Parts: sequence; C-alpha cells; structure tokens
Amino acid sequence: MAESIPAVELEHVTKRFGNVVAVNDVTLRIAEGEFFSLLGPSGCGKTTTLRMIAGFEMPTAGVVRIRGQEMGETPPFKRPVNTVFQSYALFPHLTVAQNVAFGLEMQKVPRKEIKQRVAEALEMVRLPQMANRKPKQLSGGQRQRIALARALVNRPQVLLLDEPLGALDLKLRKAMQLELKALQSQVGITFIYVTHDQEEALTMSDRIAVMNEGRVYQVGTPREIYERPNSRFVADFIGETNFLTGRVEEVRGEQAVVLVDGTVRVVGTLTGPVSRGQEVTVAIRPEKLRLRPTGEVQGRVEELIYIGTDTRYVIRLTERSRLTVRTQNVGIGDSQRFRQGERVGLEWNDESALVLVE
Amino acid sequence: MQRVSGHRQKMEVFTLIFPALFWLTVFFAIPLLSIVVYSFLKKGLYGVLVWEFNLENYARFLDPLYFKVFGRSFAVAVLTTLGCLVIGYPLAAWLATRPTRFQGILLMLLMIPFWTNFLVRTYAWIVLLAREGFINTALMSLGVINEPLGMLYTQPAVIVGLVYGWVTDMVLPIYATMVGLDRSLLEAAQDLYANDLKTFTRVVLPLTMPGIVAGSILVFIPSMGAYVTPDLLGGGKVDMIGNLVQRQFGSAQDWPFGSAISCVLMAIMVIGTLIYFRISGGRER
Amino acid sequence: MKTGSSRQRTLIRIGQKVLSLHALFSYLFLYLPIIILIIFSFNNSKSVFRWAGFTTHWYLDLFSDPRIMSALKNSLIVASASTIASTIFGTMVSIAMERYDFFGKLPFDALLYLPIVIPDITMAVMLLVFFVTIHMPLGLHTIIISHIAFNISFVSVTVRARLASLDPALEEAAQDLYANEWQTFWKVTFPLLLPGIIGGALMAFTLSLDDYVITFFTAGARSTTLPLRIYSMVKTGVKPDINALSSLMMMVSMALVVLSLLLQRKGGEGVTIQ
Repeated sequence: MAESIPAVELEHVTKRFGNVVAVNDVTLRIAEGEFFSLLGPSGCGKTTTLRMIAGFEMPTAGVVRIRGQEMGETPPFKRPVNTVFQSYALFPHLTVAQNVAFGLEMQKVPRKEIKQRVAEALEMVRLPQMANRKPKQLSGGQRQRIALARALVNRPQVLLLDEPLGALDLKLRKAMQLELKALQSQVGITFIYVTHDQEEALTMSDRIAVMNEGRVYQVGTPREIYERPNSRFVADFIGETNFLTGRVEEVRGEQAVVLVDGTVRVVGTLTGPVSRGQEVTVAIRPEKLRLRPTGEVQGRVEELIYIGTDTRYVIRLTERSRLTVRTQNVGIGDSQRFRQGERVGLEWNDESALVLVE
Repeated sequence: MQRVSGHRQKMEVFTLIFPALFWLTVFFAIPLLSIVVYSFLKKGLYGVLVWEFNLENYARFLDPLYFKVFGRSFAVAVLTTLGCLVIGYPLAAWLATRPTRFQGILLMLLMIPFWTNFLVRTYAWIVLLAREGFINTALMSLGVINEPLGMLYTQPAVIVGLVYGWVTDMVLPIYATMVGLDRSLLEAAQDLYANDLKTFTRVVLPLTMPGIVAGSILVFIPSMGAYVTPDLLGGGKVDMIGNLVQRQFGSAQDWPFGSAISCVLMAIMVIGTLIYFRISGGRER
Repeated sequence: MKTGSSRQRTLIRIGQKVLSLHALFSYLFLYLPIIILIIFSFNNSKSVFRWAGFTTHWYLDLFSDPRIMSALKNSLIVASASTIASTIFGTMVSIAMERYDFFGKLPFDALLYLPIVIPDITMAVMLLVFFVTIHMPLGLHTIIISHIAFNISFVSVTVRARLASLDPALEEAAQDLYANEWQTFWKVTFPLLLPGIIGGALMAFTLSLDDYVITFFTAGARSTTLPLRIYSMVKTGVKPDINALSSLMMMVSMALVVLSLLLQRKGGEGVTIQ
C-alpha cells in the first residue's frame, strides 16, 4: 500500500496572499481510497490547501500531484477532481438534473449516457424524484446531497469537500456524517474533507491532518491524534485537556518526571526528546484522571458540577494550576462521593499523561 | 477578486474596460477638463475667447447680482431639504413599521413616480398651480376665494416642485436605517425607564441620523444644481445657479464665466458626494 | 402607574393614526399631480383647466402632428442607440471591475461614477463646449454620444450590484465541472447576470427617453426629441395637447420602471444572502 502512487501528494507547498502566508510548507501524502480530513480553526489554511488541489489557487511554491501527475498551472476544468462547495454552489437557473448533468455535458459525454448516469447519481443520493426541481425548491439537506451527486457523477479520482455540512443543523449534520462515510466506502473514491469540527473529523476520517496558522501540526488516525497529540495546539484543539507546566527533573527511558510549579511531581510519557531542566507541558485528558480518597498527588476540590452523565470536578493542585476531572456517574450516589473543599488524591496511568515540548 | 497576472489576463481586462474607458475619457473627462480650462480664460469682443489666464470669472461671484443667485440657490436647496425631511422622516418611519410583506409593494409605489419623466412631473405642477390651474379653479368654484392666487412663478412653487421631485431620495436612506434598527433597542430603552419621547430623542433619532444626513445630501445636491424646475415653475423670476449657467451659454454668450459657475457647482456636488460616501460607507463597516 | 400606562397607550395609538394619515397624504402628494394631469388630458375643452367632458382627440391629434412624430422618431433613435451601446460597454466594464484587480482601478472607478454625481447642467455645458471646440456639428449623433456617456455609468451601477451579490463559488463550481472560462461565462455567469443587464438597459432607455437638459445643449437645430418638444410647447403656452403628450410619456416611463423594478426583484436567484 505504501508503495503505490498516492492519490494526492503535496510537497513543500506554500501559498502567500500579499504578505500573508496562508499555507506554509505543507507536505502531505493522501492514499488511494482514503477518507482524509484537513482539520483546524478558521484561517488555518485548510480551505486554501483544498483550493490548491482543486486548482482555484496556484501554489506560490511547491508541487501538487494528483495520481503522480504534477498539476502546475493546470486550470480546475482540466483536473480529475471535483468539489462539493460549502455553499453547495448549485446553479440556481438550472434544474437539479441539469445541475448534475453539467459536468458530463462539458466533458462531451454522449447524451444517452448522461441521462443514465444522472439518473444513477440521483438514485445514489436517494432523490430521483427531485430531478425537475430548481435548487431553490429544495431543503438544505437535499441541496447538500445534490451537490454531492453533481460532483460524484463525474467519477472523479478525488472528491474535495469544503465544510459540506457546515450549513446544516446539528441533527441533520450527524445523519449526513454517517451517510457520507457510507457513501465513501461504497464508491471507493478518495475524499479530502475540510472541517473545523473536531468531532466530525474524528467520526468520519481514516486519517486527519491538524492544521494551524498555515502549517500541518500532526497527521494521523483519529486515535493517534486524540491519544497521542504531539503538541500543545493539537491536544488543546482536539477534545478537552488539562495542561500543567513544569521542568523536567529526570528522564527514564520513555518517561520523564516533571516538577510542576516547583511543588508537585508527576510522571508522564515522552512525545519527543527532552533534557533535564527543560520547560515542558504535561497534558492529561479529564476522563483519564481518577479521584481517590488519598494518594501520591493530592489536591482540594474547588468546584463540583453535576452534568448528568458525568460529574466534573475542578481540583486545585498548586497555587497556579488546577485540573479538571470527569467521572462517570455509574451509581446514583457517585456525584456525591467528594465534597467541595475536601482533600482528594489523583491517579492516572503513566501513558495518559503526555510530556509536550512544542 | 483576482489580481491580474499574465499577458492573456491583461488583454482580457483591457478588452473589457476599453470601450467604457475610451468613451468616458473622450466624451466625459476631456470635456470636463476643457470647461475647467475655459473657466480661467476671458471673453473677448463678440464672444471670442481670449487665451489669457486669469481668475476674473471666479472673482465675479462676489458681484451682488450673481451672489444673490447663489444665495437664493442655497436657500431654496436648504428649504427643499427641510421640506423633504418633514415629509420623508415620518413616512420612512411608517414604512419601516408596516408588515414586511407589504413593505416591498409600498416602496415600489414610492419609486414609480420618482423614476418617471422629471420634466413631465414638473409640468404637472404648472397644471395645478397656474392662475387658471386646477387648484385655483377648484377653490374658486367652491367659493373659498374670489380672486385666483398667484402661486406659479414664485419661490415656494419652485421649492414644492423640488420637494416633489426628490422626496423619495430622502425617504429611502432613512427607511434603510429604520429597518436596520434593532427592535430590542427600543424595548431596552423602555425597560430602562425612558418614555416614548425620550426613547425617540435619545435612541431612535441618533441611530437614524446617518440616514437623515445621507438623505439630506441626496436631496440638497440636485436641488442646488436644479435647472428645469426653477425655469418652469419660477418662470425666470426665481433664477438659480443652473439658470445662470444656461444664460451664459445662451443669451450672454460668456462661456468662460459659464464654465466657472459650472466648475463651482460641480465642486459643491463632488464634496457633498464624498461626504455622503463617508457616511454611508462608515455605516456599513 | 396604571393610569399612566393606559394614557401612554392612548398616546401611542393616536401617534400611529397620525403617522398613517401622514403616509396617506404623502402618497396622495406623489400621485395626485400625475393623476390630475392624466385626467385633464382627456378633457374636451380648448381651455386646459375647466372640465368639459371626455375625449381622446388630443391623443389622436398627437399622431397626426408631424413635428411630434418626428420628435418621437428622434427620441426612439437616441434611446435605442444609446441603450444598446451603453448596455454592452457598461456590462463589459462591470465584469472587469468586479472580477479583477488592476492598475489604475480606483481612479477609473471614480471616473465611472462621476457622470451620475455631476449636475445635468454641468455635463450639458461641458459637452457643448467640447463639441463646439472640436468643430463637431450638433445633431442626433451628438445627443447619442452624450447619452451613452451618462448611461454607461447607470448600467454599470446596476450590473455591478448584481455581480457583487452573485456567489463566486458558482463560477468556481462550473470550472470544477470541466467548463472553461468561455463556457463558464455563457453557461453560468451570463444567465445569472441577465436580470441585472436587462434592468440596467431598461433604466438606460428610460433615462435617455426622459432626458431634457443634456439633450437640449447637445441637440442640433433639426434634432428635436420629445422632451425638447414638450418643453418648447410648455414655454409657448399651456395647451391640452401637452397634457396628452405628457401623459403618454409618463405612462411609457412608468411601464418601463415597473418592468425594471419587477425584473430586479424577480432576479433574486443565485444571490448570496449574507
């Protein structure tokens, strides 16, 4: 698999708009048939990256390859990729069927074949009865599916999706996430999916590239990204995390002892090389922490919030640091096990605490 | 928006703008510059031009005869603006408080007369105001008056004609600010113990001020440069700057002076328009 | 407290009534002069102002008056020619202005806007001065030239508004679906722009048909248009045939305006709502 030609490859791609560096030296290899997400906050360069693959923007430096073919200045209409736009961009003066047929007509596909493929595409998104409607007469979810059909009917080598679910309400979005994922495994086309919604990326993707300020911070499976973030940014952006800052006291193979705020010692797993005395951040997810009546690391319960499925404790660890702990409410009395102001012990598995350098 | 790059794109942009650029340069920019040049020249005998730079044409504005025309134009424009405001502000408020589905049609009804032939609309007022016009005939047959009132060819007639011509330009920007007004602001004001009058003076009025200023400029500018209305409804008795210009190119045959007046008129408009853009632009941001 | 609030409610109710009444009078103010003019154009009397029964003979007279028929012909020639040229030029320049950033765009934008801002009388005299200076004889062609000059601006304002509100992703989508630039323009941009272009053209036609001031200064002795004809008729004395001619002009321009407003309203599709 690693030997085959990647569906899309970016090599040291940079894009500048005037003085602004939108995309900064990005290198990515996206495999054939993969569901690949570009995840990051707005303005992180994910959409610009997608637009460079589509051909709407040309890189200032670097190379974009699609199936090994260097794209250079190739215009969008000569690239074997199709896009699902955030606003769907359905042509308002054309019917649904005419919209879906547009790309095939431009490629001079024979009329008979167009008719058949349009019908199939509408069948695929389960909207065959909408063929003669205008986009205006469709609901948001229907428009989204037509946009998908319009792109997929061309059987592109790669499908680019720019926050395609962004305009839908939460419930519909959840349903469409599953539908999109199922569709992707059905058609087997490489999907490159841009989103700022971490949950969406985690649910749908085979692999995720987390971007910030034009750079790719980390590429990995959803599990890797969540369990083994390589930087403070990734750990913070994906899910909820506690951060403690301190100095490395001792390095023991894969682990390090960190003195937090000069008072509390914690053990964490290394994510990169560190040396003694180095300033580092320790990241621990709230659900990985356990409260005990007493323990090696102690703190005081400062706040206690009951949120139904869980109870959230805010523990004062040192004068400068607090930790959030989430415990599941398995038994009815669970949320009343510890009280405000009480001293408690904190426990976690060593591999759950990550020592981050960046 | 795309930054032009490459030879092909340059050609494309050039092709697209060339006809308009050519036309507006030759038949607008050059004529404009030519009257600016003319305004510094001198009229010789029999309307011949004397190519000699001087500021005399501009100095002539101080002549009481011409100064009076400027003063009258200014007064008429100010009164027209006030008239439009008195009619337009409450009308805009009323429009903005109608149910949304009616607002479109009501606005359209407002626009239709605005866009129809200005000359004919002005003429309609002659039919109304003339000595034997509709109003006098009606009032006399009702026995309200015995003698016809001399309404036409007066300054108020000119002002009425101008208000009639431009009131829509006052209503639209005020309406726009009123519609943009957040209802909850009014409720907040009432909640904070402001009565209706206070709510109006402290909240509504300041918030609709940009609309008032924009509308006033939109009315003031064309009123100041009016030509047809004072000519038809003023009948030569209520001359404004526009009529003065016309006379320099007609009977007086003094093109340099006429050009100078046009230049000043134009300067007033351009300054007014710049202020307008500042205000309306500032509101959008 | 209770009496105070009920008093306030009464005041609000009165205020609303006054406001509605004011609105009614405002609309009457706008429409009555027009309506009275139209009514009196059917008045069967030599005197303009005293009602003496219904007739259409003033209208019939218009069509047998050679001076009016020739003015009508001139007006239609001027309006059609200037509308066609200014719509094409105005649309082309709008696309360049909305889609590209280029050297000298800002001053050009100002030049494009100036004919709308500048007073009619100033534009009229400057064109007169220009034509006389270059020794161009005045006639229908000078009127057409002048009308194109101001109509380019009005068309481009309308078309640009339409262009600016189009979702740029639509054109990208077309390119993404294998349409080259040419196909993208004719298959997507142009059909979506069409209501704006037609609206602009109707507006140009109306403005050209109605213009008096600029036409008066740039017209030759034998190139009288309808507004010039009406003006000289008004100046020589009010007669009922002016009412008929005026009413006709008014109804034509009203029809054009309603059409253009409806088109711009209907053309809402493809427009992004922010």
